[in-house]
Amino acid sequence: MTFDLHIWPEGSEWWVVTAAALACAACAVIGTFLVLRRLSLLGDAISHAILPGIAMAFILSGSRDVWPMLLGALAAGLATAGLTAGIQRVARLGSDASLGVVFSSLFAFGVLLITWVADRVDLDPGCVLYGQIEFVPLDTTTVLGIDIPRAVLWLSMILVADLLFVIVLFKELRLSSFDPAMSTAMGFGAGVIHYLLMTFVAATCVAAFESVGSILVVAMLVAPGATAHLLTDRLSSTLVLAAFLGVTAAFLGFLGAKWFDTSVAGVISVAAGVQFLTAALLAPRHGIVTRWVRRGLLAIRIAREDELAALYRQHEASPEPSATLTVLPPSTLRQRLARRLLRLDQSVRRINGGLSLTPAGLEQGAAIVRAHRLWETYLAQKTDLPLDHLHEASHRVEHFVSAELAKRLSKAVQATQDPHGRPIPPV
Amino acid sequence: MNDLDLLRLITLQDSTTRTVLLGTGTLGLVSGVVGAFAMLRRRGLVADAVAHAALPGICVAFLIVGSRQFGSLLLGALVFGALAAWAITLIRGATRVKEDAAIGIVIGAFFGLGIAMSGVIQRSPGGNKAGLDGFIFGKAASMVRDDALLIAGVCAGVLLIVVLLYKELKLLCFDEDFGASQGWPTLRLDLLLMLLVCVCTVAGLPAVGVVLMVALLIIPPAAARLWTNRLGPMVLLSGLIGGASGLAGTAMSAVLPAPGTRGWPTGPLIVLCAACVFVVSLLLGKARGVIPGWLGRRRIERTA
Repeated sequence: MTFDLHIWPEGSEWWVVTAAALACAACAVIGTFLVLRRLSLLGDAISHAILPGIAMAFILSGSRDVWPMLLGALAAGLATAGLTAGIQRVARLGSDASLGVVFSSLFAFGVLLITWVADRVDLDPGCVLYGQIEFVPLDTTTVLGIDIPRAVLWLSMILVADLLFVIVLFKELRLSSFDPAMSTAMGFGAGVIHYLLMTFVAATCVAAFESVGSILVVAMLVAPGATAHLLTDRLSSTLVLAAFLGVTAAFLGFLGAKWFDTSVAGVISVAAGVQFLTAALLAPRHGIVTRWVRRGLLAIRIAREDELAALYRQHEASPEPSATLTVLPPSTLRQRLARRLLRLDQSVRRINGGLSLTPAGLEQGAAIVRAHRLWETYLAQKTDLPLDHLHEASHRVEHFVSAELAKRLSKAVQATQDPHGRPIPPV
Repeated sequence: MNDLDLLRLITLQDSTTRTVLLGTGTLGLVSGVVGAFAMLRRRGLVADAVAHAALPGICVAFLIVGSRQFGSLLLGALVFGALAAWAITLIRGATRVKEDAAIGIVIGAFFGLGIAMSGVIQRSPGGNKAGLDGFIFGKAASMVRDDALLIAGVCAGVLLIVVLLYKELKLLCFDEDFGASQGWPTLRLDLLLMLLVCVCTVAGLPAVGVVLMVALLIIPPAAARLWTNRLGPMVLLSGLIGGASGLAGTAMSAVLPAPGTRGWPTGPLIVLCAACVFVVSLLLGKARGVIPGWLGRRRIERTA
């Protein structure tokens, strides 16, 4: 089998992949904290609101130098976070409404500013949204005698800064993300950490913004962190996983974009969305399908045990080993599956039109009925439940009584008969 | 400013301006009304996701129909917008991811898909973008009479539904559980409200664009909320603020001297007008404004 490798990156395209991977990893790591703090949309808002910051910086400095733009964007990003919190407090509006008011107004202002200076600057709002990641290799700078794209240099610097920030302040970030009140009480001001985090979010947005476009920033700040959150419960592994997911999304997105010959930033965002969808459906513990399958298996196990117990009770009434037990036709799909399963694992076999328990089935049925009657006896002895209320409770619990628990129950009740006078099957 | 232009604008002599004013005015009015309910139910930012999700819908519709036919593009946008709203509800309900992250993920994935698809369309033979770009930032000035009539018609329908179901929507916003206990179909009402948000958002895309449509659904009700604590006046005021911003923004883009060749974009001007109203409301709003609140506190301190 041969693969058509024309979509594999070649030559300077590796710089595009590198820039995308760096941007995605940086956004994913810092974005995980936004997801955990339920501030995901603040990242979205900041990445929109830095547009007027960039435009203002251009108007004031009159150049497309990096430093004024970085400062302008940083200021706009922090202004978004501050204004949102301020409006929320003063006007007592919901956080979503405050955020919506602030970022859409700032973005509108930014578009107007850009229109105003349109003749003097090449800042097309479209480029800002889509990003110009395809052109990353064109704008190079020389570091230690090697030509590398400016975007790659910037993005690696911001990634290193983000990683340092997270590693150095890991304990404080963790505490203030999960329990801000306790964090403040212990002397790590949650507010200080919050604005530090906002500063790094804004800086990351700015660095990623110019090279990969704001839509990719929005997607990467939220999706990898949320996906990792579905897959693991520890903060450290969530962060590592988020970075890994960001990098793989970047790589897969690049291949996809080359395949369809379209926007790299767009396809990377879609790849991150697909990663999330996959995790939402199939995550080992929290996946929708996984939980569904687990519930289904449990339901079938319970149905199977109920069938076995019913057959055992019939067997008790006429205890010859080859007696034919009669059962009603299965009424539900679950019951039908349970009976098929019983025949497959040779717990029952068909005998002249009826069913008969095999020795293995007899043993299992006895264990379930034993659990049931032990639990009834225990309830009768230890609680004041009336006799006619014991069955329902025990019927639910019988499926979850382990052999060890049954042994202890038996020791506790010291009985050979249940409260209704039926024998408790011995082990 | 050119005096003649201003005169023509005020006397509505220019049919293009008249068309655009009709479109943006009704749009602002109805978005304000629907947005008021959405904001009270804290669903304002879902509109952001719906608006972003409309882009791939427009692309799909364009690929199917093969032309820039206004109605079918909007239908595609509506289908994908509703899909996005449904996806957010599903993610919030069925996984442990919270609503804010759900909205962020949906925005990223759908808008990314839209950008990728419009890239494909742009590169396909005969596809030359076909004005799809106009939907991202909005091109109110290029609205033709049929477009404006469609928008006005859709908005009138939405407004009629809101008027007829005013009592039910009020119940939904303030005491959903009581409504459910009284036998009202709250789930269906909630879905209806989301559908109204979708319809408004999609109707507004051609005028103000994907990124700024959410502003029309959030800023007017947020400003109105600062003036009153009663739903009826709030909805009316929100509609008025929205409508007035739509008219004022359009008028400004028509008469302000434009820099360069592109002219002032209408969408951002509308949003900025609404934002100005919000700032004034934040200072002066009778119910929750800064200055009335300060005066009220001072009066209490004096009497104490």
